[in-house]
Amino acid sequence: MKYLYYPGCSLKSSGKHYEISLLAVLQKLGIEVEELENWNCCGATNYMSINENYALEITARNLGIAEKQGGDEVIVPCAACFMGFLKTQKYMESESGIRDRVNQILNHSGLSYNGKVQIRHPLDLLVNQLGADALTRTVEMPLKDLKVASYYGCQLIRPYATFDDQWNPHTMDDIARAMGATPVDWPLKSRCCSGSMTSTMTDIGLRMNYVILKEAKSRGADVIITACPLCQFNLECFQGKISRKLKDDVRIPVMYFTQLMGLAMGIPAKKLGLKQMLSPSLVLN
Amino acid sequence: MPVNEEARVGFYICHCGHNIANMVDVTAVAEYAAKLPNVVLSRDYKYMCSDPGQEMIAKDVEVFKLNRIVVASCSPLLHENTFRTATSKAGINQFYFQMVNIRENASWVHEDKEMATLKAKDLVRAAISRVVFHKALEKKKVPVNPDVLIVGGGISGISAALTIANAGKKVYLVEKEPTIGGYMAKFDKTFPTLDCAACILTPKMSAVLKHPGITLLSYSEVSAVDGYVGNYHVKVTRKPRYIIEEKCVGCFACIDACIFKEAKFSDEFNEGLSKRKPVYIPFPQATPQVVLIDDKTCIHFKTGKCPQTCAKACDRNAFDFDQKPVVQELEVGTILLCTGFQPFDAARAPYYGYGRYSNVYTSLEVERLVNASGPTGGHVVLRDKSKPKSIGIIHCVGSRDEKTNKWCSRVCCMYSLKLAHLLKEHTDAEIYNFYIDMRTPGKGYEEFYDKLLNEGVHFIRGRVAEVSDWAINDHEKGKLVIRVEDTLIGMVRRIPVDMVVLAVGIEPGKDAQDIRRMFNISCSNEGFFLERHPKLAPVETFTDGIYIAGACQGPRDIPDSVAQAGAAAAQALALIDSGFVELEPNTAFITEELCCGCQVCINMCPYHAITFDDGKGKSHINEALCKGCGTCVAACGSGAITQNLFEDQQILSEIYGLLVE
Amino acid sequence: MNASSSEILTQGLTVKLEADLDKNFGETIAREAHGEKLFGCIQCGNCSAACPLSVWMDYTPRKVIAMVRAGFKQEVLSNRTVWLCASCYQCTVECPKGIKITDVMYALKREAIENKIYPKNFPVPILARTFYSEVKRTGRINEIFLLTNYYLRYNIFKMLGYASLGVRLFMKRRLSLFEKGMTNRKEFRSMLNQ
Repeated sequence: MKYLYYPGCSLKSSGKHYEISLLAVLQKLGIEVEELENWNCCGATNYMSINENYALEITARNLGIAEKQGGDEVIVPCAACFMGFLKTQKYMESESGIRDRVNQILNHSGLSYNGKVQIRHPLDLLVNQLGADALTRTVEMPLKDLKVASYYGCQLIRPYATFDDQWNPHTMDDIARAMGATPVDWPLKSRCCSGSMTSTMTDIGLRMNYVILKEAKSRGADVIITACPLCQFNLECFQGKISRKLKDDVRIPVMYFTQLMGLAMGIPAKKLGLKQMLSPSLVLN
Repeated sequence: MPVNEEARVGFYICHCGHNIANMVDVTAVAEYAAKLPNVVLSRDYKYMCSDPGQEMIAKDVEVFKLNRIVVASCSPLLHENTFRTATSKAGINQFYFQMVNIRENASWVHEDKEMATLKAKDLVRAAISRVVFHKALEKKKVPVNPDVLIVGGGISGISAALTIANAGKKVYLVEKEPTIGGYMAKFDKTFPTLDCAACILTPKMSAVLKHPGITLLSYSEVSAVDGYVGNYHVKVTRKPRYIIEEKCVGCFACIDACIFKEAKFSDEFNEGLSKRKPVYIPFPQATPQVVLIDDKTCIHFKTGKCPQTCAKACDRNAFDFDQKPVVQELEVGTILLCTGFQPFDAARAPYYGYGRYSNVYTSLEVERLVNASGPTGGHVVLRDKSKPKSIGIIHCVGSRDEKTNKWCSRVCCMYSLKLAHLLKEHTDAEIYNFYIDMRTPGKGYEEFYDKLLNEGVHFIRGRVAEVSDWAINDHEKGKLVIRVEDTLIGMVRRIPVDMVVLAVGIEPGKDAQDIRRMFNISCSNEGFFLERHPKLAPVETFTDGIYIAGACQGPRDIPDSVAQAGAAAAQALALIDSGFVELEPNTAFITEELCCGCQVCINMCPYHAITFDDGKGKSHINEALCKGCGTCVAACGSGAITQNLFEDQQILSEIYGLLVE
Repeated sequence: MNASSSEILTQGLTVKLEADLDKNFGETIAREAHGEKLFGCIQCGNCSAACPLSVWMDYTPRKVIAMVRAGFKQEVLSNRTVWLCASCYQCTVECPKGIKITDVMYALKREAIENKIYPKNFPVPILARTFYSEVKRTGRINEIFLLTNYYLRYNIFKMLGYASLGVRLFMKRRLSLFEKGMTNRKEFRSMLNQ
């Protein structure tokens, strides 16, 4: 089965280590992916705030490319892109006016989206399709005694995603368990990280990230794992600033779930983008 | 258009105030109908159902020598009987009447007056072409069996049973649980008077048991229903208790002697807050006072290797480990369904942490906690035995929510107030009520709310978003934090408490759909049993002789359930005392000369109304059992079966009239 | 009553005159948010309590809905409240009446941009608009260009606070000036300009 792959802008820059580790893990599992040709930005929340038509059109363009490129499924690792893809799919499916208008626009570029390509998050693929047992079999260095706080954030699991339980998500916990680690149960696993507010309403953004880091740490977590480049960026890159500003040391390794998997699967650190991290990352003994 | 020379049709179209006249041009329809074949007279009138309207028909019959009547108005469900009676009074057989529904089928469902009028004309034309071929028929009278079946022994079933039995009728009360009493038996106090629930319920329970007119079939379920109004045949399956009911006196010696020295299994009556043994009695005042064995946990049934210490302790030889389900057949004339509700499953609202945090309770669990005969003897203590110093009661759990149940469960505001009062009394804790809208319509209810407002209970208007153990300061540490907007102030509040009570709503019983099918009644969208009319026939169903009362029809509290039970009992008694029922003559009959004896119809009939006469080699339809569904008529290859009121000529003329102008 | 006495009676007070409301505002927003059941809101406040940002808002989300359907257009659109919505959809999945509150917030943001009455020199809409034009220009986001343009529009001095973070990311090759971009930007732009 051919999997198409939509990285999105973050996985090519500040979230580069997500792409590196994801591709390394998929390769080790024997899953081949093919990047969409000439994909564009998904528009994130900003396009929806300014012009809904454009927001739907640019995402539909990516879906149109996927259909043209051929393939049943497109893997979308970034939580915001993933949600935007699902939203566009939903709108085009349920509102014929939108479907016709958007496809008319796409036609000019020789594209159209007819709902053929399915949208999948890597967590869905790994946990629901391959299954935790298959993942366990790939483990070379079980992450024994490691306490992992899975942080799902918001758009990965709601409002459209169906691959996980939106009230009590567990797919990343399943992965942590499969890698031999111990998941930490904590109440903030799907509380918003503030998104881009760390750059706009800095004070609010930092406080929102503070409570998440603080709670994970106080529940005894050794590491936080995420599946969203913005969550990971906020929690990782601002934790020093937060600790200094709010006079409370909340520093803790914040990694992508794929990096954690890679470590357990014995993939070398270099291939997991661990060197590109700013905060202390996990060191295996 | 088919013509019957002898037919003289009088046609009447009703304005129904503005209900019809606003969307259908009634004068135009009347003028149109006047020109149709066989029509002698055509009138429009403001309210045909009024006395002057009915008298007009009688006068016209006399003056114009009419012998067929057609009225175009509302639904036959509402007024067919009115006009049939008026026709009959005017001296014509009542089946020479035909009704056309141009309200529900035209004026209420269309927005284009011209098209609605056109549709009304079509419907009228169809009725007129059919009525000319109507035949004179007589309604058949069938005696009503005076015995009554009541299904469900909660407060509704108990009340109805006593009312009907006190009127001298025989009642069979079937209860699926080992004891009657229903949910009310679990409650501590009742709102707004704070009477002790057991004190007012248990006398009724023992009255049921002692009443010579009531046969109580506990631990039993109805398994089949057959027959028709006045003459139902019912099969009741009696589940094995493994105790001979007549011999047991409820001395509990067997329970003490059980091989399990300690009670180990979840006690349903106490909502799992305590344990019971495999041989048990649900609660001290259980009625009947008979023990039973739970064969899923009993060692004897699991391994066959139990010394049966229980049976040995019984000095009345009441044990019978070989008991099997027994089917008992009943003949009754009327049936009352009082099958109740089920509480909303709090786990379906995961954001409130039920099952995740041990100090989150459902309201029903708290009813047991405050009850003197409950698992803690009436001491309100948490699962870790500590006494809560602060308690949050969350209203509308599983109510007024599109993702769970849309409706208001009606009782939760009041029982939450009651629990707030009782918890305050038992613990002196700080109590917070979180409500969306406070609904206290009822005698003395608002006064009860007023009392609570002055008792120092806190009221916060807002739907709680989440209960979690996420603490942001020492004050919150170790507590359950309730996050809510105080909408009257416009600020989000975080309220740490020791105990959370979820005021779970009322939803249809999990077997409601099975019951609906078995008794051939309907459910409304949400799954509660559907009444015949929401205002004017609230305890009747669309199946004659079957009545509903209590929370199986919709969420309601004890006073309303008892009132409804009384209403249902009165309806049943009225039917019984009238002595007979009139059956619609729309039954089918077989023309023997045409019947080839193939017996196809016999297997098709859903009511087992057709038998085969071996001597004649022909099929025969029992008119009393035939419900007029028409299946056999359509199935008969020889065209030997005819159905009254739906003869070929009548149906074909109606279709012709509908299609051809 | 003449205009001046109306002013005397209302300025700065907790009173709102019918004449000052936009009666169509609720309908407009409901339509923009795809037939949202705004008018079915029972004001239970679940959205406000579920929202991780409501504590910083001037009006709680529940109040915003009440104001929208009552026609308080000026107050809602000129306020920063809707721009604090981070689109985390917690309110949407919890609303007992099935109102997609996040989509209502989006509709309000778009309405504010269209009417040009969003709060001025407030960073969130500035970032949104910068992001919008960056994507329109190149098809993808380069974080260096995005943030530089954003701070140029908003407040260049604020950028200094992020300089060291930027340099560290640059050194780790997590920011780059020369990312591989789209090869057919022109076609992308012309699609949007149709």
